Amino acid sequence: MRAKHRHALPGFGLTLGVCLAYLGLIVLLPLAALAWKSASLGAGEFWAIVTAPRALAAYRVTFGCAALAGLVNLVFGPLLAWVLVRYRFPGRTLVDALVDLPFALPTAVAGITLTALYASNGPLGRALEAHGWKIAYTPSGITVALVFVSLPFLVRSVQPVLEHLEPDVEEAAATLGAGRLTTLWRVVLPTLWPAILSGFALAFARALGEYGSVIFIAGNMPMVSEIAPLLITAKLDQYDYAGATAIALVLLAGSFATLLALNLLQLVTVRRRSAGSA
Amino acid sequence: MRRWSVSLLAAALAAGALCHAGTARADASLLNVSYDPTRELYRDVNAAFAADWKQRTGETVTIKQSHGGSGKQSRSVIDGLEADVVTLALAWDIDALAAHGGLVPADWQKRLPDNSAPYTSTIVFLVRKGNPKGIKDWEDLVKPGIGVITPNPKTSGGARWNYLAAWGYAAKKFGGDAAAKDFVGKLFKNVPVLDTGARGATTTFVERGQGDVLLAWENEALLALAEGDGKARFEIVVPSVSILAEPPVTVVDKVVDKHGTRKVAEAYLKFLYTPAGQEIAAKNGYRPRDAAVATKVAAKFPALPLFTVDEAFGGWQKAQATHFADGGTFDQIYTPGR
Amino acid sequence: MSAPRLASNALRDPWWLRLPLLMLALAFVALFLVLPLLAVFGYAFEKGVDFYFASLVDEDARAAIRLTLLVTAIAVPANTLFGIAAAWLITRFSFPGRGLLLSLIDLPFAVSPVIAGLIYVLLFGAQGLFAPWLAAHDVKIIFAVPGIVLATIFVTFPFVARELIPLMQAQGSEQEQAAITLGAGGFAMFWRVVLPKIGWGLGYGVILCNARAIGEFGAVSVVSGHIRGLTNTMPLHVEILYNEYQRTAAFAVASLLALLALATLALKQLVGWRMRRATPADGTHA
Repeated sequence: MRAKHRHALPGFGLTLGVCLAYLGLIVLLPLAALAWKSASLGAGEFWAIVTAPRALAAYRVTFGCAALAGLVNLVFGPLLAWVLVRYRFPGRTLVDALVDLPFALPTAVAGITLTALYASNGPLGRALEAHGWKIAYTPSGITVALVFVSLPFLVRSVQPVLEHLEPDVEEAAATLGAGRLTTLWRVVLPTLWPAILSGFALAFARALGEYGSVIFIAGNMPMVSEIAPLLITAKLDQYDYAGATAIALVLLAGSFATLLALNLLQLVTVRRRSAGSA
Repeated sequence: MRRWSVSLLAAALAAGALCHAGTARADASLLNVSYDPTRELYRDVNAAFAADWKQRTGETVTIKQSHGGSGKQSRSVIDGLEADVVTLALAWDIDALAAHGGLVPADWQKRLPDNSAPYTSTIVFLVRKGNPKGIKDWEDLVKPGIGVITPNPKTSGGARWNYLAAWGYAAKKFGGDAAAKDFVGKLFKNVPVLDTGARGATTTFVERGQGDVLLAWENEALLALAEGDGKARFEIVVPSVSILAEPPVTVVDKVVDKHGTRKVAEAYLKFLYTPAGQEIAAKNGYRPRDAAVATKVAAKFPALPLFTVDEAFGGWQKAQATHFADGGTFDQIYTPGR
Repeated sequence: MSAPRLASNALRDPWWLRLPLLMLALAFVALFLVLPLLAVFGYAFEKGVDFYFASLVDEDARAAIRLTLLVTAIAVPANTLFGIAAAWLITRFSFPGRGLLLSLIDLPFAVSPVIAGLIYVLLFGAQGLFAPWLAAHDVKIIFAVPGIVLATIFVTFPFVARELIPLMQAQGSEQEQAAITLGAGGFAMFWRVVLPKIGWGLGYGVILCNARAIGEFGAVSVVSGHIRGLTNTMPLHVEILYNEYQRTAAFAVASLLALLALATLALKQLVGWRMRRATPADGTHA
């Protein structure tokens, strides 16, 4: 008899129970353990650890390189998506498949391989160093690894939007005499921004925490090329659980804030869009 | 029914270590949690000990290995990795087992001869063939333009020995800790890459061609020469003085008592002190304690004056607190504006 | 669906724009994706085909492969069931806290793998919150298979749900409501109506989840204990071999992972293609 009610699809209780239990057990309870462990520190102590010069430098490197990698992908991700959706060329399917390689290749393998390629005796590293650009064992190396790791996020968030783009607007622009570049810049790009930003946020959040691929190529110099996840590991190796969880909380807060900002952004765009159509 | 279960058991054994060795009660299984460079050593030791144990008792013993950075391995044991024996890079990492969770008694180091270190090593320099930068001693490492490769003392046990060796040399040579700190600071200004572990640093120097000199365990340096065309590409430089590195071993009491493996675990560690064990250590580039074996392999290990951590730094607890704890001398080197 | 669209001249970029864009994109792909992939296979076959296969049938390598498959076989179905439940809940009902739930599902994407491992150590380690209970019942989680499974589930948590939620949102719930109105039970409705509708999207999510589960390194490294032949997964085995001066063997195992990755990608392409064919109306009402 509940079925007669229009909105009463079954399974609310069941799925809500499953979701909350699973989410609680796998994600929330363990993350609460982080807070519990770092709570053994006093507020002053916590603050001293997370604002130590080494820690601040590590955030700078981590957030800086992640942002830089995000910016590189901000250009090349949508470009790649555009080329894959709109152009026909031999090997297109293969390139499309390759975009997901960074998802599937273990990060350690990626790290070892990138280091071998970009070290001063590797094929790419030698060529670049001849022009005075050192990649491996500098923050540039970290950025290269993060570009690799976070590329799929941008391509894959822009691609579906491009595929579903209505052709009439572009056609109208062309009919009105707009040049192709103007059309792309004024008409196509604005519709892509939400997808681009959402991809950027995911890529950035992912890059913040990346460890496996970065550690081989980073050089790990304190104050210069030491990333925050390495600082966590170093603290753990000294049995400093509380210190490690304190840094971990800062990193986590950064990622969560990025995701939250992304969700807010999407909310705003959806509202603006529905307001525009109304 | 019985035949069926016997054949099942055989199949399980033949399939190797698919699951925990719960099926084979009579046979002992040990887990040796060790640090990074000892992979080759314990592969040989395990085979020799298993044969020896079989011959003496008729029992089959399988020894499983876990390798990683010394501090990380020790933490894993504290967090519940059930190691029957630990064979780590430095005493401080085993002291931690006593401090956190009481896995071993505080006086664990007195239970076996020679500070519980059945073999020793020291820190030497690995340089490129022909020694193009003319590196002879510690002093050459702080010259401008010399690239020094060492792992990070915060995450690598071997790197702590490197650090203390340099410190001890400078303190003796220039008199006092202030001069030593200055010296080590200059040395680390020449370090372009800080890997997290000793093997990582070796790879950076050997495969990636970074730096002019690798500060390494003597056994790591010997292994690098033995691998592939190592002899054609590298040579070892022995400094005027270095540190006596004593990688200690112990039985983890709480675990062996739970597993009922104390007898075989203790025999395993004692085996390291036997002439057979000592020869395996020497073969893998570790300096043997046994005088007779040492004489036999004297050509492989050049004599040089060695100081111990106890003499020069007052023991590992003190060295750790002064140099490697947060805010210690290593952190000060990298703290700007000092 | 895209073929007629490309026929329209207004949507075609002129050659002076096409060519540079295409070149730039391909150069980027070559530099960042093709070259690393080639390098993996180049190193793997450095010592010939025989050595390559010898590295793969090595006993420890086989144990690592078995463990990876086992872990994946547990983690992926678990996350698939959760993904379906979460997508159903979020797209078919509105309730307070829905947005928060959505963010929380995304959260594991953004948690550093190091932290993902650490949190389970803090809970289940010998010094952890549940240590007394675990010790009393002789249950081992950390440094054993359950810990590796948990860490893998955590890291691949959002994949299926994230794939299904936008799809089910776009599809709407008219058919389900019709089925219910016609008197179908909840289970029959799910089996006959929902599953066929989301089938390909589900497959897509499962494949991505699977790829990530096979390749996870950081989180698993923290909870594995690195016992050879017992708790080493394939990615960890690669690291071990690499650290033992067995570069070629390391890359041989790595290339197997890369092959799995490529197979995954091929499968994904197929699924994506079927998915687009299965929902031809997709483009028109978007």
